[in-house]
Amino acid sequence: MAKNRFGRNQKYIMAMFMVLILLFVLQRLVVPKYMHGIVEGAMIAEYYEEEKDHDVIFIGDCELYENISPAVLWTDYGINSYIRGSAQQLIWQSYYLMEETLKYEHPDVIVFNVLSMKYDVPQNEAYNRMTLDGMRWSMSKVNDIKASMTEEEHFVEYVFPILRYHSRITQLEQDDITYLFDKENVTFNGYYMRVDVKAAENVPTGKPLGNYQFGDNAYYYLDKMVELCEKEGVELVLVKAPSLYPYWYDEWEVQMEDYASAHGLKYYNFLEMTDGIGLDFTQDTYDGGLHLNLSGAEKMSRYFGEILQDECGIESRRGDEHLEQVWEKKLSDYNAEKEEQLAKLDSN
Amino acid sequence: MKEKLLEILNDLHEDIDFETEKDLVARKILDSFDVVTLVNEICDEFDIEITADEMMPENFKDLDSMLSLIQSKVDED
Amino acid sequence: MLFTSYSFILFVFIVFCLYYLLPPKWQWLVLLLASYVFYFFAGRTFLIYILVTTVSTYYAAVGIQDKRQAFEEYFEANKKSLDKEAKKELKEKNKKSLFHILLACLVLNIGILAVVKYTNFMINNINGVMGLFGNGNTLSFVNFVLPMGISFYTFQSVAYLLDVYHGKYEAQRHIGRFALFIAFFPQLVQGPISRYNDLSPSLYAEHRFDKNEICLGLERILWGFFKKMVIADRILVAVKVLISDTETYDGVFVFVGMMFYALELYADFTGGIDITIGVAQIFGIKVAENFQRPFFSKNIKEYWKRWHISMGSWFTDYIFYPVSVSKPFRKLNKYARAHWGERIGKRLPVYLSSFVVWLLTGIWHGASWNFIAWGLGNYVVIMISEELEPLYDWFHSRFKVEGTFLWKLVQVIRTVLIMSCLRMFDCYRDVPLTFRMFGSMFTSWNMNRLSAQAFLGLGLTVADYVILILSTILLTAVSLMQRSRSVRAQIRDLQFVRRMILWWGLFIVIILFGVYGIGYNESQFIYNQF
Repeated sequence: MAKNRFGRNQKYIMAMFMVLILLFVLQRLVVPKYMHGIVEGAMIAEYYEEEKDHDVIFIGDCELYENISPAVLWTDYGINSYIRGSAQQLIWQSYYLMEETLKYEHPDVIVFNVLSMKYDVPQNEAYNRMTLDGMRWSMSKVNDIKASMTEEEHFVEYVFPILRYHSRITQLEQDDITYLFDKENVTFNGYYMRVDVKAAENVPTGKPLGNYQFGDNAYYYLDKMVELCEKEGVELVLVKAPSLYPYWYDEWEVQMEDYASAHGLKYYNFLEMTDGIGLDFTQDTYDGGLHLNLSGAEKMSRYFGEILQDECGIESRRGDEHLEQVWEKKLSDYNAEKEEQLAKLDSN
Repeated sequence: MKEKLLEILNDLHEDIDFETEKDLVARKILDSFDVVTLVNEICDEFDIEITADEMMPENFKDLDSMLSLIQSKVDED
Repeated sequence: MLFTSYSFILFVFIVFCLYYLLPPKWQWLVLLLASYVFYFFAGRTFLIYILVTTVSTYYAAVGIQDKRQAFEEYFEANKKSLDKEAKKELKEKNKKSLFHILLACLVLNIGILAVVKYTNFMINNINGVMGLFGNGNTLSFVNFVLPMGISFYTFQSVAYLLDVYHGKYEAQRHIGRFALFIAFFPQLVQGPISRYNDLSPSLYAEHRFDKNEICLGLERILWGFFKKMVIADRILVAVKVLISDTETYDGVFVFVGMMFYALELYADFTGGIDITIGVAQIFGIKVAENFQRPFFSKNIKEYWKRWHISMGSWFTDYIFYPVSVSKPFRKLNKYARAHWGERIGKRLPVYLSSFVVWLLTGIWHGASWNFIAWGLGNYVVIMISEELEPLYDWFHSRFKVEGTFLWKLVQVIRTVLIMSCLRMFDCYRDVPLTFRMFGSMFTSWNMNRLSAQAFLGLGLTVADYVILILSTILLTAVSLMQRSRSVRAQIRDLQFVRRMILWWGLFIVIILFGVYGIGYNESQFIYNQF
């Protein structure tokens, strides 16, 4: 009798188990892979594959992951760095990524790009997804989701992404099969490489705004970042990347300068240093001034590397046998990608 | 009484054998139109009053139930 | 809280746990509180309405019963001392006082329904009439929010009160339990209109955790979700396009829209009822069936016995019968027979009270001329088919087709076509437009316009159409299988593995092919605010 009962339950457990496996595979199948085209959705997840022993971590939006090349920081300054960037990364998302990163490692400096101060409330579901889906589960992710959700979103759809992406079942592509379980890297330590050029012409000046004051919510998370870094003994550096657009208003600049000096933080507005960096916006951008291309990013990195070295006191780790080995591989990938993109550009 | 009722019923549906049929309402032989017509005729024929709340399937499901309804009404008066 | 929302699933899950974890004697209380929470989420002020109806109906029913009982006791005790006249007078007096209680309660509750649902409709019409006479003054609209399910619970409470008044059953003396009967949450969104004597035995019983019942309930819920999410919500996209862009989609597309809407409405409404019945079933409660494969009816009258059964039978029992046998109608019957002959005499009262029923049915569905036209459209079709009876008889005596498969098929197609035609009144903006679009089917019918391109322009992809076709085939197949034996019983008899594949397969199909999530959230129950 008892055995029989066990047998019955076992049947149910088996059935349940198989259904769960099937659902899991289906979920992997329908979740976007972000391997080609819009690759931004794949960035956040790449960090976990990384050996977590960085000197500098960059956290922020496209103004970081398209403008700074950790490869140059390594070759020129021996700085081992990583960019935890994602498209339109909102400030609370940056905060929770920071919180999460600090659980894995203890860098000397964390650099945050302040453009996202302009957003005070959740913005766009698709961008939320691209930042949040890649995160591993932790309280940071839970809180991040809660802070980011727009009205149309549901927490449960983050827990079971199949609920969000189920309708892709009729739109599957080759990539969905190819990258069902294994993905490729789309960045180089978080840097998204582009070699093409599209000169910046007639960059519009910003339209006057009704209110230039950054929102309370944005400040709240900036405060939390400062606190967290203080507690962890990590230096927080604020930057404004040298992107011409979205427009960076003087009124915003004043607020950031004041904040930095009030909290004893370093703040660099690279928009004011474009000459020093040597940026040429007819050559160094691939989309008319929104983002730098490889040439621009490498110039920017050389300039920033010097600051990190001289003003933040980050010492070169060149010669560290293990790191040299790691970077040798990364650099060869980096150069191969560069060659490939250039070749493609030539053939067009 | 039975003959009169059968006559009325057969007028309504000539092809049904009302003496044997047991589920007139459930089998959708009598619909609501029929029931109203039936009640009108029964009331006239037997000079009784049947009210709306008595017009439920239980009272019209077969010949016997209709007869007992009519009988109870006749007795009342 | 829509049935097809995460919050509803979570809500039912929580209620389910409480229901079976707490002692069974509290189960009714769990459901009552859950129902009020559910209602509170739908709209904060709604609770006031349902409480007024609950309390007034409760006291009216108990009052009627107590009064009657007291009278009967008094009557029994004093029977001998009273003469015949005095007895009669006493009886009359008692009857009157009971009737007053009944009337007061009905006026109150139907009055609330009428005011919140029809005030703006009336104002609109008054303004229209005043406009005709060149009067520039217009009345402004009032801002009533229609409480969810008010049409359903009001009708349910009216039926209960009338039944108690007629002595069909005893009044419920426990106000909490009675409140549960009125507010039972699976029924609040879109009915059915349950009868007290049907629902109360299982509603008030204490239920043990019964795995089989619960599995059956879940199966039913799953099937409802399938109909609603895979079929109804998918085709809704095309329906919306077809009925809003009337300039482009006339002629043959009116027919397409008509058929699409028929499918949408069927899948949405029966699917919703499946969910209602399934949710009730996991609590061990039996809610009466509201549909019986309606499109397989041989005529419209039968269709209305098999579609939204609880509403049809409500109108039959509480409008059609009372009106038909009321004193004026009885007089009319006699007069008509005497003056206009047997044939007309027989039919006139039935036809007149039918008219009342269909007018009210139309109004009940919604406060607009569209629904009134729709109700009367049904009336006209039923009357025509009644009058054509001799013709059919003649036809069947000439051609021996009755009972053949082909003839049955013709009947089913006829039912589907007629009902779908009538449903057009639901779709288009107003009545004249509906007639215009209907007319365009005959004036500008052009099959060549039905290109693949045109279908893809309705907001559905090729994949959507494939899913729709396959799931409609499944829906029809299940309906056909239901003919011989309950499909659910057939599933129960399947081997374990096959049953699991069926259940979980359906679950996965809903997850993958259901239309839900971002961008699709707003699709509301069509029957939501009736």
